[in-house]
Amino acid sequence: MHPNGGNNMALEVLLVEDSPGDVRLTQEAFRTANTSVHLHVTSDGVEAMAFLKREGPYAGAPRPDLTLLDLNMPRMDGREVLARIKGDDSLKTIPTVILTTSEAEEDIAKSYKLHANCYFSKPVQLDAFEDLVKSINNFWLATAKLPGQGKTEHAGRGNGAEKKHS
Amino acid sequence: MPLQVLLVEDSPGDLRLTQEAFKVVNPFIQVHVVNDGVEAMAFLKHQGEYVDSTRPDLILLDLNLPKMDGRQVLAQIKEDDGLKTIPTVILTSSEAEADVVKSYQLQANCYLSKPLHFDAFYSLVKSINDFWLSRVKLPQKKNDNNQEAKPEIDRTTSAELRAG
Repeated sequence: MHPNGGNNMALEVLLVEDSPGDVRLTQEAFRTANTSVHLHVTSDGVEAMAFLKREGPYAGAPRPDLTLLDLNMPRMDGREVLARIKGDDSLKTIPTVILTTSEAEEDIAKSYKLHANCYFSKPVQLDAFEDLVKSINNFWLATAKLPGQGKTEHAGRGNGAEKKHS
Repeated sequence: MPLQVLLVEDSPGDLRLTQEAFKVVNPFIQVHVVNDGVEAMAFLKHQGEYVDSTRPDLILLDLNLPKMDGRQVLAQIKEDDGLKTIPTVILTSSEAEADVVKSYQLQANCYLSKPLHFDAFYSLVKSINDFWLSRVKLPQKKNDNNQEAKPEIDRTTSAELRAG
């Protein structure tokens, strides 16, 4: 009965990932886990920020309900993207999940300090990877309450008061 | 050392439900309870009667609380360099959009609304356990501001207990 879990409402997920293999795996896993997810992919931090701010080729981009963010990326890395998202009054409410190969304690602590909503290290095995995506889907997209729920149109969300990028 | 959860909740019924659900879902979790925001901050800062409190791995925080409400507790946690890395999950009966948005603005790690039925409540606690306490990578506990000398000892003791 959860509004997030409804079939008829598209959920927009932004995946920020530079490894084509991991992009492919994530796409396939979401296809199995939840067909109402629209997965958008950007392959570095600069593109991710352009998507979130609807700049350049991303002028028509929807506001994501959830962002999955890799840490080590070309041009602008995930830590920088995270800091910018969580330092921006309009973007900070988008749950941002770190999904990285790093298991370094330093990266974990730093990410939580920058207000990542949670941190995962990517499993190496295919099954475990699918399982992880499934559990991210079940928790974030079907259990947690996200901002802006109950609105049918996500793209123009804000409060009507802030229509900055259109 | 077992995972430590701090539950900040003033409703005795919800406390009872959450504790019972954790007992079933994962008996190794140690749930600490405080009933208002002032107590919660004292627990987190090891003050007063909480001088020996442990640092929680996860905080479950109600919004509407006596003395100091959950929004204020959340703001204080997420502005404190020693505390901000503790994942803080809002668990409240409010479904108001304003509360959801405000909580994420204050850097809540996530927002959950309390279901009304026991079964649903139980599955919510199960999903908190399966997600936050089993899958998510949590920051390791290391010396926060004060007080990590004693848990050292606790750790040894519980390791011995497990070994035994």
